Amino acid sequence: MAVQLDARPPVAPAPRTTRPSRGVRLSRFDTKYSPYLYVAPFFLLFGVFGIYPLVYTFWVSLHDWDLLGAEHPFVGFDNYSQLLADPDFWHSVVNTLGIFVISTVPQLLLALWLANLLNRRLRARTTWRMAVLIPNVTSTAAVAIVFAVLFGREFGMINWLLDHVGVDAIDWKANRLASWVAISTMVDWRWTGYNALIFLAAMQAIPRDLYESASIDGASRSRQFWSITVPLLKPTIIFAVIISTIGGLQLFTEPRLFNSGTNAIRGGPLRESQTVTMYMFENAFAPHYNFGYGSAIAWLLFALIAVVAAINVLLLRRLGGGARKEDS
Amino acid sequence: MVTFTRRRLAAVALVATTALLGATACGGGDDEAAADGPVTLTVDVFGQFGYDELYKEYMASHPNVKIVERGTGSNLDEYSPKLTQWLAAGKGAGDIVAIEEGLLVEYKANPQNFVNLLDHGAADLKGNFLDWKWNQGLTADGKQLIGLGTDVGGMAMCYRKDLFAKAGLPTEREAVSKLWPTWPDYIKVGEQFKARNTGASFLDAATNTFNTILLQTAGNTTGYSYYDTGNNLVVDSNPAVKQAYDTTMDIIDSGLSGKYGSWSEEWVSAFKQSKFATIACPAWMTGVIEGNAGPGAKGKWDIAQVPGNGGNWGGSFLAVPKQGRHQAEAIELAKFLTSAKGQIGAFKAKGPLPSSPQALSDPAIVDSTNAYFSAAPVGKIFAEGAKSLKPVYMGPKNQAVRTEVENAVRTVELGKRSPEQGWTDAVENAKKAAAK
Repeated sequence: MAVQLDARPPVAPAPRTTRPSRGVRLSRFDTKYSPYLYVAPFFLLFGVFGIYPLVYTFWVSLHDWDLLGAEHPFVGFDNYSQLLADPDFWHSVVNTLGIFVISTVPQLLLALWLANLLNRRLRARTTWRMAVLIPNVTSTAAVAIVFAVLFGREFGMINWLLDHVGVDAIDWKANRLASWVAISTMVDWRWTGYNALIFLAAMQAIPRDLYESASIDGASRSRQFWSITVPLLKPTIIFAVIISTIGGLQLFTEPRLFNSGTNAIRGGPLRESQTVTMYMFENAFAPHYNFGYGSAIAWLLFALIAVVAAINVLLLRRLGGGARKEDS
Repeated sequence: MVTFTRRRLAAVALVATTALLGATACGGGDDEAAADGPVTLTVDVFGQFGYDELYKEYMASHPNVKIVERGTGSNLDEYSPKLTQWLAAGKGAGDIVAIEEGLLVEYKANPQNFVNLLDHGAADLKGNFLDWKWNQGLTADGKQLIGLGTDVGGMAMCYRKDLFAKAGLPTEREAVSKLWPTWPDYIKVGEQFKARNTGASFLDAATNTFNTILLQTAGNTTGYSYYDTGNNLVVDSNPAVKQAYDTTMDIIDSGLSGKYGSWSEEWVSAFKQSKFATIACPAWMTGVIEGNAGPGAKGKWDIAQVPGNGGNWGGSFLAVPKQGRHQAEAIELAKFLTSAKGQIGAFKAKGPLPSSPQALSDPAIVDSTNAYFSAAPVGKIFAEGAKSLKPVYMGPKNQAVRTEVENAVRTVELGKRSPEQGWTDAVENAKKAAAK
């Protein structure tokens, strides 16, 4: 702030000779400071609900903080070193990344395809476009509970259907990969339509004449899609990937409600589908009530999301750039 | 200037609205705090405590008190973290909170969150409770009473008469009780049952049965389970734990378990679809069975003696958090609900077995039957053994350790670990959990 004030052009001393009227002073105050006032609510709210919890969580993570305890001794980075050597934590990281990959890749591809379909001249176009958003409007909890029942081992509909085609029943909750797939289905069911609409909006911003000249040059529909649509959608795709990364790595409701019964927070007896947020919850709340350890997990998760998002962006840049060079 | 004024107006409006909202929010509270105005008492419970009729009676005799119960039917796993958060935040907990026996130790470790009931004349009530139940409610130094006992979890074995008949086994409760004086006998009966292919498993899940056997064995031998009375973790050295584990492995080996993870949705469905024939049945479980199996199964269930000898699983306490604003009224209500009369009322409504010796010898309990369970004389079955129940001591991290050991049992049940690997996991993970 101070730097900015110093950098201001020296206009202030000039008007001091003649005392400006009240109205002039007010309007100068208005032009100079009101922009800050306009943006202030965001920063105030962000400070209270964003920065403060972040810093406080870090503070808590440096303590041996029993949720109910009266004393919280300072332990420095003990929680972090313990966490880095905790196999259950890394297990949950692998689960989270696994579910993230299984859910996000097909989801974005599917969304791209859906958006492309919706971008054509269709009958009742608005209806279709609204329809893909319906899964997103339903409550996550309701979705998760319904899917958990569908994926039941003995009474679930999926296994019943599999049985009809001669596939043995899968224990969706006790098989690590199967549980990842089941949870990914829930995520995709909910978010594919949302991403499709975002892609659709970006697609509509692409000038029509690009496609027209491409078809004059004899480019097929799929060629147009890969050479025009996808490269021009790159910023939107990066946005969707980052949002999906954040959501995917913080996945909680779906896997938590997918598992029911005692200690659902473990995500199965061998922690088959326990995500990092679930592990954080297990430690910060029942049954451990170790708030310091839970906070350390929260911070490592934050770091993990930053790293994965950065990797995704780099990968996408590389891919997009390569594709463009190929075209030219 | 115009915009400026408009903005200022907007700001004033915003501030005014906020202030108004704040004022109304506080207003509600202030009214209640008035000395002799109407008082609303919130009671936080899990599962079924059976207090509805008692509330009505109490409100009739205390016209200034209104009682609201929260959490009825909820799972203990959902309830207890919430309670802990409320206590940690210093806000949100009910005026009276129910605390389960296995979790009481953790709350007792931080007694500053609760009103010391000894300061409010609770000492006179000591005779209303079984000795050990009273003592469980006291802190280690015996100076603070955290909770007044509600129920105890005397043990029985609930079974499906129709499935037993289908398997050619006796169906009368005396005859069934004679089938399984010990757990090995129970396994033998299970094997006979299995051989008849009724389409149902013999029991619901190995974990519940494991806990039953453990608490029974521990009660009859060491008097403690995962922790000894010096609060040392003894998972691997307490013979009761290993013995219960081995017996459970025999049950799993014989393929008797339906593997329905206890308290899961599948478990509930399995009740409805008659997918298992027996379930270890602490007194409070009768209410759970009735709720899960539904009215359609009325008269199909019955209650026999538990294999082995006695045992206690569960039972709860009512405590008054210090954050409550109506502590005096809350204490009065807690005393009423845990009185012999209150415990009898709860038993009649939902089946939790009284922890008051007076209630246990009251004809209203002793002669009671349960219509849902083929008019089984539940009073006799549960109350007779209740006075001689041998409690099991529970250490500070009991819940976390129990979770690890039961999960190990479950991995073996699901065929993901051998019994030996499962035991290694149980011991290792229990140690890790205890250290957290």
